[in-house]
Amino acid sequence: MIGYVLRRLGSLIVSLIVASLVIFMVVEVAPGDPAAFMLGMNAQPDTLAALRAELGLNVSKPERYLNWVSGMVQGDFGTSYTYRTPVAGMIADRMWISLPLAVYALVLSTLIAFPAGIYAASRRGAAGDIAVMGATQLGVAVPNFWFAMIMVLVFAINLGWFSAGGFPGWDKGVWGGIKALTLPAIALALPQAAILARVMRSSLLDMLGEDFIRTARAKGLSGREVLWKHALRNALIPVLTIIGLQFSFLLAGGIIIEQVFYLPGLGRLVFQAITQRDLIVVESVVMLLVFAVIVVNFVVDLTYAMVDPRLRVRT
Amino acid sequence: MSLLQVNHLSVAIHAHPVLQDISLNVDAGEIVALTGESGSGKSMTSLAVMGLLPRGAQAKGQIMLDGTDLLAQSEAQLCGLRGRAMGMIFQEPMTALNPVQTIGDQVAETILVHEKTPRAVAQDCAAAMLARVGLPGDRFPLSRYPHELSGGQRQRVGLAMAIALRPRLLIADEPTTALDVTTQAQILGLLKELVADFGMGLLLITHDLAVVGSIADRVVVMQKGRVVEAGPTATLLAAPAHPYTRMLFAASRHRVDLPSPPLPKPLLEVRQVVRDYRVRRGMLGRAARFRAVDDVSFTLQRGERLGLVGESGCGKSTLTRAILGLEQVQGGTITLEGEPVWTGARANRGVRRKMQVVFQDPYGSFNPRHRVDRLITEPFHLLDRPPTGPDRQDAIAEALTSVGLSPADAGKFIHEFSGGQRQRIAIARALIIKPALIVFDEAVSALDVSVRAQVLDLLADLCRRYPLSYLFISHDLTVVRSITDRVMVMQAGKIVEAGATEAVFSAPQHPYTRALIAAAPRLPDIARPLIHA
Amino acid sequence: MSRHWPNRSLMIGAALVLVFISGGMVSLLWTPYAIDGVDIPNKMLMPSAAHWLGTDHLGRDILSMIMVGAQTSIAVAVLAVGIGMGVGIPLGLWAAARAGGWLDEVIMRGNDLVFAFPSLVIAILITAVFGPGAVNAIIAIGIFNIPVFARLTRGAALSLWRRDFVLAARVSGKSGLRISAEHILPNITSLLIVQGTIQFSLGILAEAGLSYVGLGAQPPIPSWGRMLAESQTLVSLAPQLALIPGLAIVLTVLGLNLMGDGLRDMLDPRIRAER
Repeated sequence: MIGYVLRRLGSLIVSLIVASLVIFMVVEVAPGDPAAFMLGMNAQPDTLAALRAELGLNVSKPERYLNWVSGMVQGDFGTSYTYRTPVAGMIADRMWISLPLAVYALVLSTLIAFPAGIYAASRRGAAGDIAVMGATQLGVAVPNFWFAMIMVLVFAINLGWFSAGGFPGWDKGVWGGIKALTLPAIALALPQAAILARVMRSSLLDMLGEDFIRTARAKGLSGREVLWKHALRNALIPVLTIIGLQFSFLLAGGIIIEQVFYLPGLGRLVFQAITQRDLIVVESVVMLLVFAVIVVNFVVDLTYAMVDPRLRVRT
Repeated sequence: MSLLQVNHLSVAIHAHPVLQDISLNVDAGEIVALTGESGSGKSMTSLAVMGLLPRGAQAKGQIMLDGTDLLAQSEAQLCGLRGRAMGMIFQEPMTALNPVQTIGDQVAETILVHEKTPRAVAQDCAAAMLARVGLPGDRFPLSRYPHELSGGQRQRVGLAMAIALRPRLLIADEPTTALDVTTQAQILGLLKELVADFGMGLLLITHDLAVVGSIADRVVVMQKGRVVEAGPTATLLAAPAHPYTRMLFAASRHRVDLPSPPLPKPLLEVRQVVRDYRVRRGMLGRAARFRAVDDVSFTLQRGERLGLVGESGCGKSTLTRAILGLEQVQGGTITLEGEPVWTGARANRGVRRKMQVVFQDPYGSFNPRHRVDRLITEPFHLLDRPPTGPDRQDAIAEALTSVGLSPADAGKFIHEFSGGQRQRIAIARALIIKPALIVFDEAVSALDVSVRAQVLDLLADLCRRYPLSYLFISHDLTVVRSITDRVMVMQAGKIVEAGATEAVFSAPQHPYTRALIAAAPRLPDIARPLIHA
Repeated sequence: MSRHWPNRSLMIGAALVLVFISGGMVSLLWTPYAIDGVDIPNKMLMPSAAHWLGTDHLGRDILSMIMVGAQTSIAVAVLAVGIGMGVGIPLGLWAAARAGGWLDEVIMRGNDLVFAFPSLVIAILITAVFGPGAVNAIIAIGIFNIPVFARLTRGAALSLWRRDFVLAARVSGKSGLRISAEHILPNITSLLIVQGTIQFSLGILAEAGLSYVGLGAQPPIPSWGRMLAESQTLVSLAPQLALIPGLAIVLTVLGLNLMGDGLRDMLDPRIRAER
C-alpha cells in the first residue's frame, strides 16, 4: 500500500512539473513585449529596459522558469502587468470562491447521482429506470450556464428564494457564503449528476452480470442484497474515475457560471487578464486550476486503493 | 423418495424451447452425472433447479427437493433454500469470487445470510469449512483475497461457500473443466469425500466422459435439451442403449489410425533453449528473472508426430512462441532444416514460412470481419511471391477440400461455421503454404467430443496424404496418446521425460509423469490394439 | 454491423440532428433575414408570422441567427472531433501495439496530463497568447478530445491484441503497423463511431460555453453561446432571448446523444442477444 501511495505521489509531482513546463512554454510563445505594452508606444528605451529588468524579463528562459516555480512554491506568484500588485493577493480571495464552488458542486452531484443510478439499476427496465434514464438524457444535454440562467429567472427573479447573484464574502459568515454558492452549485451539479448517474447505473448493471454475483445468489442472497453487498463496491471503481474527471469539468464550469451569478471568482479575473494581456495573471490562474485538478485526481487514486484490494499488492 | 426429483421439466427462453420434458432424480449420498455436448442444456437444468434461470425464462413441470416443489416457491422462499438446502459451484473459478471481499467473509456470508449467529461464530465456522476443503488456516488466513489464490484454490473456496451449511443437495457445474489435470483429480476426490461425509446428493455436470466414468454412480445423458438415456454408470459404459450415447462413448474412446512414420531425418532441432522473463518486484523495480523455459533440447524428425504435455504454467506456450519465431530466446538455438529461426534480433522469414500453427479457440482464431478466402491466405504474407489470380484460387480450393470443406465456402464469413468447421478452416490456413512443420496448440481442446474425433481423423488422413510433421501440444493425455508417435512431458520449464508415446504412457519413468497419468481420468478401455495402416 | 432496422433512439436522434444540420447548411446560401443588419425599431419582438422566433435586442431575426449559429457550433464540434480522432486514434493504436514499453508509458502519461487541462483552461491559455476566435475553440476542444480517443482506442486494441487471430497474423509475419490497420482498427470502428457522436455533442456544449465567455467565435460570426451572453441582462424582460438559443443547444445535443445510444444498441452484440 505504501508503495502504491508513493508511486502515485511521484506521479503527482511529475505531472505538476510537466504541467508547469507546458504552461510556461505556451505563455513564452506570446509575441510582443509586455514592457512595451504597459508603457505604450512612445516609451524611452532605458525606461523600457528598466521595466523589463524589474519584471524579470531580461534573464534567460530557463532561469525565468526556475524563478517562477521557486516563487510559486513560496507563495509568490509574481506581479500583475496591469495592476502592478502581487498576483498572489489577487488570486487569494477569488480562489476561495472558485474552489469551494467546485467542491460543493461535486458533493451535490455525487449525492444526487448515486441514489438515482442505484435506483435505476435496481429497477432495470421498469418505469423507475425509464424515468431516471429520461431525466438524465435531458440533463446531459443542458449547458450548465444556460441552466443557471433559467434557475436565476425562476428562483431568484420570480420566486425570490435566492438572490440573483453576488457574494457577501466569507468574513460575513460561512452560512451566507454557502447560501450564495448554492444556486450556482446546483446549476453546475445537475448536468454532471446526470452523467454520473448514468455511469453508476451502467457500471452496476455490468457488475450484476458478472459471475461472482451468480455465486452470491447461489448462496441465498436476494437480488437486493446482492446489489448492495457485492455489486456496489465493485461498481464504484469506474465511477471513481468519472468523479475525478468531473472535478476538472466542474472547476471549468464554475469559472463560466460565475458570469451568470456575478461571483467574484477566478473567472472574471482571468477573462479580464486575457483582454489586458496580463500574462502573469493568466499563467498563475491556469497553474492553480491545473494544480487543483491534479491533486484531486491524486486523492481519487488513493480512494481506488481503499476500494480495490488488488491495487494494494506490490506487483 | 429421492432427494431431488425433476419431473417433466420444460424451459423456454423468450418462447424458444431450451429444455424439453427433463426428468431425473438424485438420492442422498449419490453422485449423478449430467452429461452431454455443448448446447445440450445441462447447465440450464442446474440453473432451473437453483431458480437462477436468466431473464425471460419460463419453467414448467416439477422440481421436488425433499418434497418441496421448487418451481412453486416464491423468490424469497428460494433465497431461503439456496445455500442452506442446496448449494452450487460453477465452472470458472477465476471469476466466481468477489474480488474485493476476503475469502473468510465470503464463506461466512453463507452462514450469516441464513442463521442469526454472531459474526465471530460464523467466521469460526468459515475457517473450519475452509480447512475441510483443503485450505488450512495457517497457510490460508481468512483475510486472504481471491486474487492471491490459484484457480484450484479458488474453486475450493467456492466449494466451502456452497457447503458451509451442509446442504442436502450440491450441484457442481463443470467444476474441474478449467483446472489442471492434477488439480482436477484433487477436487474430484474432495467432492467424493464430502458426499460420503455429509451424506449429500451431488449432481455433477460435465462433458468429460472419463470423469463420469471415474466418479459417478449414475449417468444422465442429454442431447439438445432432452434426456436421451439414464442409468447406472457401469451399465451405461458397458452397453449404452441410445445411439447418441453410443456415439459419445465411441468418440471418447476413439483411437486414431496413424500411418507409420517415415525414416527419421532431423527437421526441428531445439538445443538448450532458455527463455527468461523480467519480472518487476518491489517499488524500485529491481528486476527479478522468471525462467519460463529452462535448458530445453529435443529433435523433431521429418514426418514425426511429436506430443508435448504439461500443465498450465509449465512453459509449453512460451516454448511454442519461441519456436515459431514470435519471441526471442535468451539462450540456446532453434533450427529448422538446419537454418536458425533467429538471426540476431530478427526472425528469419525464410525459416518462418516453413512453420505454421493451429490455435485452441475456434471462436477467437479468426478476424470476424474477413471472409474465409482472406483468412486462410494470410500466411501468403510470408512468401516472397504469393500466388495471385487463378493460382490463388486454386490454392484456396485445394486447402479447403483437403480439410473436408468445399471451395464455395471461401466466400463466407467465419460466423457461419460451427466450432469443428472453424478448426478445419484453421488447419486449412496452416496447410496452405505447405509448411514443413505445423504446431497444434491445444487445437482440439475446445471441441465437443464427437467433433474432436472427426478432427483427429482428419489429421490422420492428412498424414497419409502429405508429408506432415507436427508438434502437438495438449493437456489432454488421452488425445495425445492417440495422435502422436513420441511424447515429451514438461514441468516448470524443463522436459522431464521423453520417449515413444505408448512406452511413456504404459510405463512412465519420471514421478511427475506418473502423477499426471494417475490423475487423468480414463474411460475403461475396451482393449483394441493400435493398428498402423 | 447489425442488420437490424435502425432503432427508435437512432431515428429520433438523427431527425433532431438533421434539423439543425440542414438549418446550418441552408443558411450558407440563404436566411429569412440578413443577420448583419440592425433594426432597432423591430427589436425584441415576440415570435410571429413575420419572425418565427422573434427578434433580439438589436432587431435581428432570431431564426436566422439560430440557423447561422448552427454552422458555428457544428463546424467547431466536427473539426474538434476530427482532431481528436485524427491524432488520438493512431496514438492509441500505437500505444497498444507497443504495450508495456516506454512508448506506451509516455502516451499514457501524456493522456493523463492533458486530462488535467479542461478544454476551457486550454482555451484560456491559447486565447491569452493568440487572441480569441473560432479556430482557438477548435484547437482547445480538439486537444482535449485527443486523450479521450487515445485512451478508448488503446483499451479496445489491447483486448484485441490478446486474441488468437492477431497471433495468427503475427505468425504470418505481419508487422504491428499492418496488424493495427488490417485487424485491430476495423474491429473497433463501431466503438469509435459511438464515441465520436458523444464527443460531437460534448463539443457543441463546450463551444457554447467558450462563446458565452467570449473566447469562441467573435462577432460578426454568430454563435449560440454568445446569443445567450447577450441575452443575459435582458432575461427578465425578454426570456425568449435566453430560452431559444438554449433550446437549440439542448435539442442538438439531445439528438446526438440519442443517436449515440441508438448506434451503441445496434452495434453491441450483447444487448442484441438479450432482446
